[in-house]
Amino acid sequence: MSQSERSYPQPPVTVETQPFWDGAAAGKLLLKRCRDCGETHYYPRALCPFCFSGETEWYEASGQGRIYTYSVMRRVPAPYVIAFVTLAEGVSMMTNIVDCDPDTVAIGQDVQLTFRETEGGYALPVFAPVTA
Amino acid sequence: MSRPSKAYIAGAYEHPTRHAVDISVAQLHADVAKGALADAGLTKDDVDGYFCAGDAPGLGGLSMAEYMGLKLRYTDTTETGGSSYVIHLGHAAEAIAAGKCSVALITLAGRPKMASAGATRNYGDDTPDGGFEVPFSPTIVNNYAMAAMRHCHEFGTTSEQLAWVKVAASQHAQHNKHAVRQEVVTVEDVLHSPMIADPLHRLDCCVISDGGGALVVVSPEIAKSLGDRGVKLLGQGEAVKHLNGGKIDLTYTGAVFSGPKAFEEANLTPADMDCAMIYDSFTITVLMTLEDLGFCEKGQGGRFVADGNLISGVGKLPFNTDGGGLCNNHPTNRGGMTKVIEAVRQLRGEAHPKVQVPDCTLALAHGTGGQIGTRMGSATVILGRNDA
Ligand SMILES: [Zn+2]
Repeated sequence: MSQSERSYPQPPVTVETQPFWDGAAAGKLLLKRCRDCGETHYYPRALCPFCFSGETEWYEASGQGRIYTYSVMRRVPAPYVIAFVTLAEGVSMMTNIVDCDPDTVAIGQDVQLTFRETEGGYALPVFAPVTA
Repeated sequence: MSRPSKAYIAGAYEHPTRHAVDISVAQLHADVAKGALADAGLTKDDVDGYFCAGDAPGLGGLSMAEYMGLKLRYTDTTETGGSSYVIHLGHAAEAIAAGKCSVALITLAGRPKMASAGATRNYGDDTPDGGFEVPFSPTIVNNYAMAAMRHCHEFGTTSEQLAWVKVAASQHAQHNKHAVRQEVVTVEDVLHSPMIADPLHRLDCCVISDGGGALVVVSPEIAKSLGDRGVKLLGQGEAVKHLNGGKIDLTYTGAVFSGPKAFEEANLTPADMDCAMIYDSFTITVLMTLEDLGFCEKGQGGRFVADGNLISGVGKLPFNTDGGGLCNNHPTNRGGMTKVIEAVRQLRGEAHPKVQVPDCTLALAHGTGGQIGTRMGSATVILGRNDA
């Protein structure tokens, strides 16, 4: 579907989430982990949503994931795949599945991190099927 | 028997319009308020509590209180999308029981047909989740479709089963002269309608309509003075479910929490319900909500809704007998209000004769607000006929 991929809206960025987008610009998917309870959460926050500790730290995700669920948006000029991908680190994130035929996407499929550029020039973490 | 009730719904009104070309949003709110108060046999000067949500123009309830000339000693503007009004019902009953007000007015109204359909919702740049969703362009239908896809994967739910929800709604809507879609459809019609967002077809999606509705909630004493048309509020439960820090499970809704609370307060069970009005933004919303409320086992919703089981006079659980959001009306994309209004009609014996449940004594109404693929407010009420 590379011939007619849609444009990606610019993300609203806050002072709290700027490091996530700086990481993406450097080709990294950054997650937040709690120094107190050890849990990774998503989307990244200053306060851990599990134990409310303020001691959260950024770290780089492996980029490996598996499709938890998805849907193909059909009623647009360039159909696209929206999904929740469960990362190897245990949390699931909303994302798009790219570089694929939407009709071949499936729950349980292994996917690998890649990036797209949004309006406004941000790097956006998306995923592509792992090809053998 | 006479079950205890903290408060009664004394008045209910659904605006007949579905396309408000020449009516302002403020007037729609006032029109439905006037209709519900007339239905109750009360006037606006009797109102001392006002409840509204984000669809009301202005700051909270202030602008509409001024527009309608209300003198208030209580207000609540809890905003949980389409479930707000079902939450307001519970809050109104609590406020009445606490003596904070005695006649509570709840309004909903809007003109979404003036806005572009299917747009991604944006709650502002400070919304903490915004950056992690907006760039991926999740439309509302996507955020229900992803829950549907996972449900199909885990439980074997099929598109045919989902279609039965729409079929049942259309069977009811054919008798509603105000319904946006009055034509009866078949399972095949649903499956052959265009795919919008896999696995949801166009006919798995609700209508978009303008309009509104209102409820008047009163103390038991005032209800008694107004005659025997009041409907008892026997139980209510509300809950918020979200993505839980990324540890997600999209196979259930907040009804898992709100339903048991409502049934517990009413001291009733799903088997006691004569009918159920379930917010039907999409067919999957109904199927999952019925499971979560306990009308069937988790994962069995597909079997439960199939073969006309939700059709009045045919199946075990008549649902959305006005045609629901799938066919009748979905004012300002918020379906909780109209669910309560149709439940009130059923309990008063004032539903259309073709869909009226015989001797309807106990009914459930459920609202879902937000999106089941991300975060939602869920609210359940158990209502009883005056003599229930
Ligand atoms: Zn923690």
